[in-house]
Amino acid sequence: MRHIISLLMENEAGALSRVAGLFSARGYNIESLTVAPTEDLTMSRMTIVTSGSDDVIEQIMKQLNKLIEVVAVVDLTDGEHLERELMLVKLRAVGDAREELKRMADIYRGRIIDVSDKTYTIELTGTGSKLDSFLLAIDRGLILETVRTGSSGIGRGDRILKL
Amino acid sequence: MELTGAEIAIRCLQEEGVEYVFGYPGGAVLFIYDALFNQEQIKHVLVRHEQAAVHAADGYSRSTDKVGVALVTSGPGVTNAVTGIATAYMDSIPMVVISGQVPTSYIGEDAFQEVDTVGITRPCVKHNFLVKDVKDIAITLKKAFYLAKSGRPGPVLVDIPKDVSNQKTEFNYPSTVNIRSYNPDKHGDVGQIKRAAQLLIEAKRPMIYAGGGIVLADAAKPLTELVRLLGAPCTNTLMGLGGYPATDNQFVGMLGMHGTYEANMAMQNCDVLLAVGARFDDRVIGNVAHFGSIPRKIIHVDIDPASISKRVKVDVPIVGDVGNVLGDMLAVLHSSKQKPDPTALAAWWKQIGEWRSRNSLAYKNSTELVKPQFVIEKLYEITHGEAFITSDVGQHQMWAAQYYKFNEPRRWINSGGLGTMGFGLPAAMGVQLAHPDATVACVTGEGSIQMNIQELSTCKQFRLPIKVIALNNRYLGMVRQWQEFFHGNRYSESYMDALPDFVKLAEAYGHVGIRVDKPSDVEGALREAFARKNDLVFMDFQTDPTENVFPMVPGGKGLSEVILAEDL
Repeated sequence: MRHIISLLMENEAGALSRVAGLFSARGYNIESLTVAPTEDLTMSRMTIVTSGSDDVIEQIMKQLNKLIEVVAVVDLTDGEHLERELMLVKLRAVGDAREELKRMADIYRGRIIDVSDKTYTIELTGTGSKLDSFLLAIDRGLILETVRTGSSGIGRGDRILKL
Repeated sequence: MELTGAEIAIRCLQEEGVEYVFGYPGGAVLFIYDALFNQEQIKHVLVRHEQAAVHAADGYSRSTDKVGVALVTSGPGVTNAVTGIATAYMDSIPMVVISGQVPTSYIGEDAFQEVDTVGITRPCVKHNFLVKDVKDIAITLKKAFYLAKSGRPGPVLVDIPKDVSNQKTEFNYPSTVNIRSYNPDKHGDVGQIKRAAQLLIEAKRPMIYAGGGIVLADAAKPLTELVRLLGAPCTNTLMGLGGYPATDNQFVGMLGMHGTYEANMAMQNCDVLLAVGARFDDRVIGNVAHFGSIPRKIIHVDIDPASISKRVKVDVPIVGDVGNVLGDMLAVLHSSKQKPDPTALAAWWKQIGEWRSRNSLAYKNSTELVKPQFVIEKLYEITHGEAFITSDVGQHQMWAAQYYKFNEPRRWINSGGLGTMGFGLPAAMGVQLAHPDATVACVTGEGSIQMNIQELSTCKQFRLPIKVIALNNRYLGMVRQWQEFFHGNRYSESYMDALPDFVKLAEAYGHVGIRVDKPSDVEGALREAFARKNDLVFMDFQTDPTENVFPMVPGGKGLSEVILAEDL
């Protein structure tokens, strides 16, 4: 099953490679991994999307907790949570397609953030499946380039991951 | 007064009470060696290969309760040390390794003797650090010692670039350290401990399975008390030998791939299993599904939550220092009005007695050929079971574990997790230095000893009177055994041709060598060797090349699917 694991860790050189190394050394899947410093610059927040049986996920959580620099770990999938991903997509936009693509961007609440005489670059956020669906809705031949950040997750309501 | 980074590093070691540093100098650690030169508190032991420095620090640590310390240079110094670090990591041995690194401005430029030390060692250390500022050396070493010794122990590496070791700053060694992301549980959950105690009291067929955690936590005493109180059988893993007195009647021997029949059968057939400081690894319980095919309640006590329910699902997990948890469990049991059921226990012991009567460690002795088991039995007799025994890896290791009865913890020193050939001799150096007046023997084979034989030179320099017991069967015996059982007797590359004359070799290093090829000479030769209190004696026992280790649970099989010597 797919799980979204959120963790806080010391914002130190090499911290990311300890997490990535753990996943490869123990043969765990990483679907996506995002990381950036938090409002407290000594700490980074990471979201890992992974999959595995309950036993595997339990081990992943324990092994992550065991890393010395990891401050806190939570499996967001254990409760209500929000998940968003950012995608930048560059599309060939000439002739009739220019109008059509603008409409599609509106429907998906995307924003055109760069325009040239042959291209649009669209910014889109949402769940991974929403981004997938946008790409499916567009003529494949028009897609020049896509960049996705991978999911970031946060608990709903009072669910807070903080030191 | 300002000190250099190198001086600070040495001062930190002094503050930690370090007696010995095992190491090998080189370009990147020259300043640190200079700082060592200018003091007398810490003694440096110059090994002949960095792997041996780490194994020696490891042996020192295993035979005491102290943190072992090794010092190596950058590049090949570190890569040579990696096997030693991984060995310590797999067996959770507290250790601090200091490595030199190329100057900070050279890092990443493929400089001479540069490797990404932190990257290379990351998967086999508890934690590691690259110190980029001289002001961080003291706090980093403080953290390193704290991490190495606390929680689940393990090796911690501190990489110090050459320029950092030569910069100056004020020295202040912190008295305590707090790492906000690291708070190992010391005490187990009280409710869980009560549940566990209740299960154990009510058990009809209780079994206690104790591993290396007992030794590391110095918890042999509460373990022994608990086993006696419950009247239950107790087994030790390879790493846990000595954690419970081996000559006690409640001890059913080592379990696992080469464990006794009674230990494995009791493990398989118990109704309540208490696992303490052990991790159900593949060499211990074999096939997980087969083990799980018989229902039993499992209580698992371990300092590392990740060791619990990793291979085997447990019913009562207890995270904490095993010594504390066993102490708390004893308190609960003492205050309980209930006692273990004597009728059920009697029936259980009757069953165990039947398994025991199979005498699974029996072997046919010979008047022609020296049997390796016989050598270990004699070694045990002559040293009165009180020696520190280190071993390498292979058949000789299993025979030593089976036939030497350890009544005390920290006496049996071997590479259990990683299975590192070449461990025995350098580990014995660390043990002998930690216990200068004690009898230290290294049980080895002609294969393993050659993986670190250069250390005979270190032994000479530091006058270490280790007794090397080489069970020389001219084969990589364990490989040959597997080839005999599972590969149609095709002894692919397991014959050791062109062996040196070990007696002459020992003599060349300035030691005493004795060759034994007749069973009738075994005892006399051992007595002669152990009478030489001040000499390293290398004993080359020419043993039966066809001897195999029994019992044997083949890889992937269940504990009761065992091959006994009598079956063949």
